[in-house]
Amino acid sequence: MEWIYEPWPWYVSGPLIALIMFLLIFIGKQFGMSSNLRTMCTLCGADKAADYFEFNWVEHRWNLIVVVGAVIGGFIGAHVLTNDPAVAINPETITILNELGFASAGKAYLPDELYSLEALTEIKSLSILLIGGLLLGFGARYAGGCTSGHAISGLSNLQLPSLIAVIGFFIGGLFMIHILFPLIF
Amino acid sequence: MRTVGYLLIGIFFGIVMYKSEAASWFRIYEMFQFQSFHMYGIMGSAILLGALGIQVIKKNNLKSFFGEPIKFTPKEKGITRYIVGGLIFGLGWALAGACPGPIYTLIGAGYVPIIVVFIGALLGTFIYGELRKKLPH
Repeated sequence: MEWIYEPWPWYVSGPLIALIMFLLIFIGKQFGMSSNLRTMCTLCGADKAADYFEFNWVEHRWNLIVVVGAVIGGFIGAHVLTNDPAVAINPETITILNELGFASAGKAYLPDELYSLEALTEIKSLSILLIGGLLLGFGARYAGGCTSGHAISGLSNLQLPSLIAVIGFFIGGLFMIHILFPLIF
Repeated sequence: MRTVGYLLIGIFFGIVMYKSEAASWFRIYEMFQFQSFHMYGIMGSAILLGALGIQVIKKNNLKSFFGEPIKFTPKEKGITRYIVGGLIFGLGWALAGACPGPIYTLIGAGYVPIIVVFIGALLGTFIYGELRKKLPH
């Protein structure tokens, strides 16, 4: 059972994600992790501002329960099932990241430069996190889904719109990392 | 009863996101640098098995755990919203190094700054809701 404390390889993780999708399908729902953001906006009163948020949120309550589970799962994964959180990325990637100023590459789960408590006191890292979140939320709702809804559920169901969205995800991601990162960091 | 089911599925999802390192900023960066097969293997194997399973469900008209027919709603047709929305999402995915599912996983893992990403994502969702009628879809 020692393996459980190690990072799980792709050929274990990928099939488990497919299993999660099928559990949700067989319980009568679908796999998608960003529509809950719309439900949360409604719960915060956004239905008074735009009719996009006027819907029967009770029908989507299940999605919020999955979110609560994901938080608990994250705690268990990090604090019960992991001894060393360092992510062993490609040494070449570490070199590139070190040059960009990410000294924590290869030594942590998330970069200290963005996700440590000290980073919260810096305007630059704070803005990066906020803008990253804004783009994620706006883009996911505009495209009608995120990595789970389009890349996993949509592509599994051979949906052309999902393929277009996933191509968009990659164009955006590649542009960010290859063109914008050298300007930002 | 179903509530417990949703909660357990969520917990399982959170554990898999953390342990697969799909919730790691570094893995996302490495993926966009094409310097590891890891993330492609995760998504590729999930999609391959997912596509096979969905074909089996459709061919055999399988029922849900509660005996209800399983319906797959096709995505609405269109190009603009998928390419533009997808592109914007991709910029955020690479910058924050997390997609919506892992945001929750990382909150649970105890990374306080991810809450800023979460608030940003809520605001982004709200802004979309406000602008939706003016945007090309």
